[in-house]
Amino acid sequence: MAHDASASHGHDVDYLNDGKTVWSWLSTIDHKRIGIMYLVTVLIFFGVAGLLAIGIRLEHWGPTRTIMGPDTYNKVFTLHGAIMVFMFIIPAIPSALGNFLLPLMLGAKDVAFPRLNLFSYYVFLFGATLAVVAILAGQGVDTGWTFYTPYSIKSQTGVILTVLGAFIMGMSSILTGLNFIATIHKLRAPGMTFHRMPLFVWATYATSIIQVLATPVIGITLLLLVAERVLKVGIFDPALGGDPVLFQHFFWFYSHPAVYIMILPGMGIISEIMPVFSRKPIFGYRAIAYSSLAIAAISFLVWGHHMFVSGQSDFSNIIFSFLTVLVAVPTAIKVFNWLSTMYKGSIKLDVPMLYALAFLFLFTIGGLTGIFLAALSIDVHLHDTYFIVAHFHYVMMGGTVMALFGGLHYWWPKFFGRMYPEKLGRFAWALVFFGFNLLFLPQFYIGGKGMPRRYYNYDPVYTLGHQVSTIGSLMVGFGLMLTLGYLFWAAKKGQKATQNPWGAKTLEWTDAASPPITHNFHGQPTVDNWPYEYKSERV
Amino acid sequence: MFWQSAYASTVGLPQSSTIAPTVDILYDFLVYLSVFFLILVTVVMVYFTVKYHRSKTGRETAYIVGSHTLETIWTVVPLVLMLFVFAWGLKGYREMRAPMKDPVEINIIGRQWLWNIEYTNGRKTLNELVLPKGKPVRLIMTSEDVLHSFFIPNFRIKQDVVPGRFTTLSFIATQPGVHIVFCAEYCGTAHSDMLAKAVVVEPEEFDEWTRTGKLPAHVNLNQIIGAVGAPTSVAAATGNGSSQPSQTPAERGKALAASKGCIACHSDNGTRMVGPSYKGIFGKKEEMADGTMVTVDENYIRKSLMDPNAQIVKGYTPSMPPFAGLLKDEEVNDLIAYIKSLK
Repeated sequence: MAHDASASHGHDVDYLNDGKTVWSWLSTIDHKRIGIMYLVTVLIFFGVAGLLAIGIRLEHWGPTRTIMGPDTYNKVFTLHGAIMVFMFIIPAIPSALGNFLLPLMLGAKDVAFPRLNLFSYYVFLFGATLAVVAILAGQGVDTGWTFYTPYSIKSQTGVILTVLGAFIMGMSSILTGLNFIATIHKLRAPGMTFHRMPLFVWATYATSIIQVLATPVIGITLLLLVAERVLKVGIFDPALGGDPVLFQHFFWFYSHPAVYIMILPGMGIISEIMPVFSRKPIFGYRAIAYSSLAIAAISFLVWGHHMFVSGQSDFSNIIFSFLTVLVAVPTAIKVFNWLSTMYKGSIKLDVPMLYALAFLFLFTIGGLTGIFLAALSIDVHLHDTYFIVAHFHYVMMGGTVMALFGGLHYWWPKFFGRMYPEKLGRFAWALVFFGFNLLFLPQFYIGGKGMPRRYYNYDPVYTLGHQVSTIGSLMVGFGLMLTLGYLFWAAKKGQKATQNPWGAKTLEWTDAASPPITHNFHGQPTVDNWPYEYKSERV
Repeated sequence: MFWQSAYASTVGLPQSSTIAPTVDILYDFLVYLSVFFLILVTVVMVYFTVKYHRSKTGRETAYIVGSHTLETIWTVVPLVLMLFVFAWGLKGYREMRAPMKDPVEINIIGRQWLWNIEYTNGRKTLNELVLPKGKPVRLIMTSEDVLHSFFIPNFRIKQDVVPGRFTTLSFIATQPGVHIVFCAEYCGTAHSDMLAKAVVVEPEEFDEWTRTGKLPAHVNLNQIIGAVGAPTSVAAATGNGSSQPSQTPAERGKALAASKGCIACHSDNGTRMVGPSYKGIFGKKEEMADGTMVTVDENYIRKSLMDPNAQIVKGYTPSMPPFAGLLKDEEVNDLIAYIKSLK
């Protein structure tokens, strides 16, 4: 074998040691390094937005002022939402885990366009930085993450630059989506048909389609908002002859599909963890794969369910309610398939599996409470109350974040070649799981009793619910800090991991080292079966 | 109390309007349905975890890749259930939105951070919505600045209040007493203090109040049903009584129609001039120049004032100047009241 320097790099050295300088990271086009850079970036945002959430909860310990004034409160919940949505949960699984895992799972050396991949990271970083600078340099932003007009037009805070930041992050999202679609179509290993792809890849595929098709709409909308503020063109502001409800249509035309950008990759992770820790083939592979696509398709047609009391016509409300109840079906299909995967398996409750089970429980609650909101007559009462807040946190945090942490524990040995501490992991999981329910279950109750969201002061009748919620938030906060702490400790100091500690069947475990070499594989892996071939075995 | 003893819902709020029980019964159904499915999922999950735990040795794992029967069952059952829930929710919603006969009409203008309320006889209040028990009521609402939302939890009704157009709420209150009204759409600094009180009284007490502004002695504005006590701002903002009307909105509208020059082109007696007569026009279905049919309602009149040439009645020429920026929301309401009065 010829031994020039560049060849030996990719073939023998693991990606973490292939260049030690900071510059070697910042200029890398290795999808694994880019994935890790995304991961660190989004986790920092997660930490910041999480602390803001704790701030909100502490403020609500009592019905009136506790630790901050109303304007500060308004900025804090706006930042919590905007950072969590645009800078954490949308990019978290696709950009961080997706980048790292997609080529490995497909048996490819990298994504289809590695340079574009690095470029998308910097576009994302630039957008995020712009938004953060806008917020710090201006007087914060107080519009809520939804930027509803005409409030966002009249608000004196730094809306324009923040919105531009969100727009630029959207560009990054589109580029990543395109890159992934091309990768999935073009770089699958020999023998890997679409129906032999891991379900995480299917989920990423569905997600990428939404990213590419829906994100331009929010981009245009946010630009129109900037145009209206700067050039005084009447689009959304009734004072200029515009229509504020139009903004809501545009906004949710993206932001509803975006909800599935957030949850579909999480579902992908669960589909990987369940069979590995049950030592059983995934139940209903095609049903799970196709329901991802079904969800992606329906997701474009239900935006109006955010607007049942907005003043949109009764007829539109009826159509949107009808389409919305249909989403429950592919979602239910997935839950039952995951459950059935456990049947007659050999189940091991390692931390990834614990997070997967937590996901099943919490996501079921999130899904079921979504039915309340899809039903027209009930949504009129529940709209803009804490019931909504609880519902989407059960889906986004109980769903996506649990899946993310399940995935992080599951693939940590692959990322860094080292195991996380199992006992500490279980302890932190328990804190997060029970704390989460303490945090959000009471919010369903006070929401049903009419407690409106984004309220600084509240009637003392809701005090107990708020206090339980605040205690829960501290448990979750502590549990997650502990988790992130030991994960990063383990990345350096954890026990060395073998190539395939879980006995999984997907290519990143069977054919790539832990951590993988820069070129991922020695030679080209080939595939002659699906990745869930767990034969019947004696235990 | 009868409304509590008749039926206690998991919502945990008094049912103080005719629609509330309709909403609550579906809510309860969904609570039970959710609890059932959550228990089902949890029990199966825990059972499998225990029974098939790796420590349970001496058995074989199964090789099962799926089941068409099961897939069909858990596609069809949720689908049927979902369609059922949709239909049930739709039924309640239609009931909620159905036009009511001869409602008491009340104009509400929201602005950061209070509610201006006006009755047809010109009585105005701030944050105090006095309502007749058992009578249909229609709130005609708009906003002067940003989005707001008028939300009465005890009535289970809510509607966004949008600048530049009217939105409406129709309902029948059933429980006398004071009910809290929240602003439910985020509107800035004092969003959570943008509260009002819905004061439900007997119909004769209501008539007395609209005439004299005197609430019956048994009404205690600080005793809010279902709430412990609202923040002080609402107490300060209400309870100041209401202003004695000098003119009704329709009278002010008549004066406005003269002073703004409307009567040059619009008659009040059915005579056709440059524009259609005001008489009898409200509630009529008109054919537009482009062939579409439009009912002349509050929103159509507002639109015709602000942007007159957008929707011209067939047979008329587009010649009216736009009044956008020249009329306040109150004045628009006054003109509408005047046109409504010319039956």
